[in-house]
Amino acid sequence: MRSHDGTGAQKGRSGSTSLIAGGAPPYEPASAGGRASTYEIVRRKHPWRFAAAIVVLLLLALLLYGAANAHQLHWSVTGHYLFNRAVLVGVLRTLEITAAAMMLGLALGVIFGIMRSSHNPVLRGVAWLYVWAFRGTPIILQLFLWFNLALIFPRIDIPGIAHGTTVNIITPFLAALLGFGINEGAYMSEIIRGGLLSVPPGQTEAALSLGASHAWTTRRIVLPQAFRVILPAIGNDTLQMLKLTSLAAFISFNELFGTTESIYYANSEVIELLLVAGAWYLVASSVLSVVQYYVERKFGRGFQRGRQQALVERVVLRAMARLRTRAV
Amino acid sequence: MPSDRASKEESRTVVECHSVVKSFGSVHVLRSVDLEVRESEVLCILGPSGAGKSTLLRCINHLEGIDGGWIKVTDQIIGYELRGNKLHELSERAVRRQRGLCGMVFQHFNLFPHFTALQNVMLGPVEILKQPRGEVEARSRLLLDRVGLASKVSVYPSQLSGGQQQRVAIARALAMNPRVLLFDEPTSALDPEVVGEVLRVMLELAEEGRTMIVVTHEVGFAREAADRVAFMFDGRITEIGPARAVLEKPSEARTAEFLSHVLV
Repeated sequence: MRSHDGTGAQKGRSGSTSLIAGGAPPYEPASAGGRASTYEIVRRKHPWRFAAAIVVLLLLALLLYGAANAHQLHWSVTGHYLFNRAVLVGVLRTLEITAAAMMLGLALGVIFGIMRSSHNPVLRGVAWLYVWAFRGTPIILQLFLWFNLALIFPRIDIPGIAHGTTVNIITPFLAALLGFGINEGAYMSEIIRGGLLSVPPGQTEAALSLGASHAWTTRRIVLPQAFRVILPAIGNDTLQMLKLTSLAAFISFNELFGTTESIYYANSEVIELLLVAGAWYLVASSVLSVVQYYVERKFGRGFQRGRQQALVERVVLRAMARLRTRAV
Repeated sequence: MPSDRASKEESRTVVECHSVVKSFGSVHVLRSVDLEVRESEVLCILGPSGAGKSTLLRCINHLEGIDGGWIKVTDQIIGYELRGNKLHELSERAVRRQRGLCGMVFQHFNLFPHFTALQNVMLGPVEILKQPRGEVEARSRLLLDRVGLASKVSVYPSQLSGGQQQRVAIARALAMNPRVLLFDEPTSALDPEVVGEVLRVMLELAEEGRTMIVVTHEVGFAREAADRVAFMFDGRITEIGPARAVLEKPSEARTAEFLSHVLV
């Protein structure tokens, strides 16, 4: 190594390997002390990762092969009913009841969540009771209770809102809305309470010291920050609700699942129609996930340092950049 | 500098504490605190942690209620109303109005993270005092410029250093036009290299004649900016007097001992 003249060693250090003649290793340390300015980094190989990937892909291929060759399964039926009018109406009803129940749940959740954080022991107690009752009993039981309300209250008279026979007022939709919405409210109030607790008390103090009211402080300072913590949980609950609404089929509300069910009662293509419902649930939950991402980003303002881009966004941005360079 | 200030003796009292008592459960945090701060005066409160310094500040703008005595800012009794010979708690609305008398700067800044620097400064005047937005914005920009942050107007707090955040917090307090500024250990949470920039802003405020009560561990700042220094131990003000005199020739042994620890 010492045989290199000064300039050669210099070039070797700066990384221009081609100038070094013979079989001399390109990044040979320049001195006995071993102080070259650059070394090549050799990444470790991971043969087991490769092997595991192969095994998993093989299993997946077997599964797909099996599905494709299940001759009892009439894919054409599934394809036929995917855009069937009744099924599409079912999809719409599922989305309707999900949205309505989540809105009722959110409203109740905010009210009872704030009640549970209140200084007033009576408000706190009542809120606790609500959560205890509706979180502690099965949702299907609650649905049946609302649906059969007529058995104990044959007539409903709420001035200005509703009066008449209960059977006419409590439609399957309303029973489902009350069941899911009130149940969701119990969970939501806990989520909101957690969100409120996550905002440091210094935020409230800073607002109060500016002369703000408690209501203003909650609305402008605490809730917007709490929502950053609350939103992912609301997103999860919405996805859960989307699928949970299939239970409404049991109180004769014909949403997606109930609709496919009544079709396969008639034509016996059970699995085919379950797959139709499954496909639509997947589509809806995927769309909701994307919506959730953008909503969370909006409420994350002021919190992202060197914001992480989501996969969707990365793909879109990269594609746009590529198009732009091609255009140039 | 402090000696340059116009004759203190004639100026009026802005903050007055009389036999203030405060306890949290069985812990007596304030045991009869008497204090008078005059217009344009800068008072630094020093003392070991747990002495009740921060609690005293929080009582002055009624973030905490008190259990005995009274506190006046200008001519108003804070948080209570004298009827007969009893102090009745004021309504939330009345307390809110009184809080405008004091501007508070916190140890941990407590900027609102979901608003930009400018929005943090504007929020109080626009939404709480209902002042016209355009006017407030111009004034807020000027305030941010004064604390050296003209270029950070539309930046969120998370993108600012601790020193910058604290300077925004000072601008936010100033925007409300308070009669007295209360600083609760404003540099204790800062990295050492940015303490100076915050103290410089505070020094400028002192020089322009703002009335300030500063709870701090910065003896150097107290010596340079304070007219008077008070020492608190165990819920009481044990020594109070002109800054230089108290810091250089404390009359109490406890003060001397505390200073010897701080000045090491």
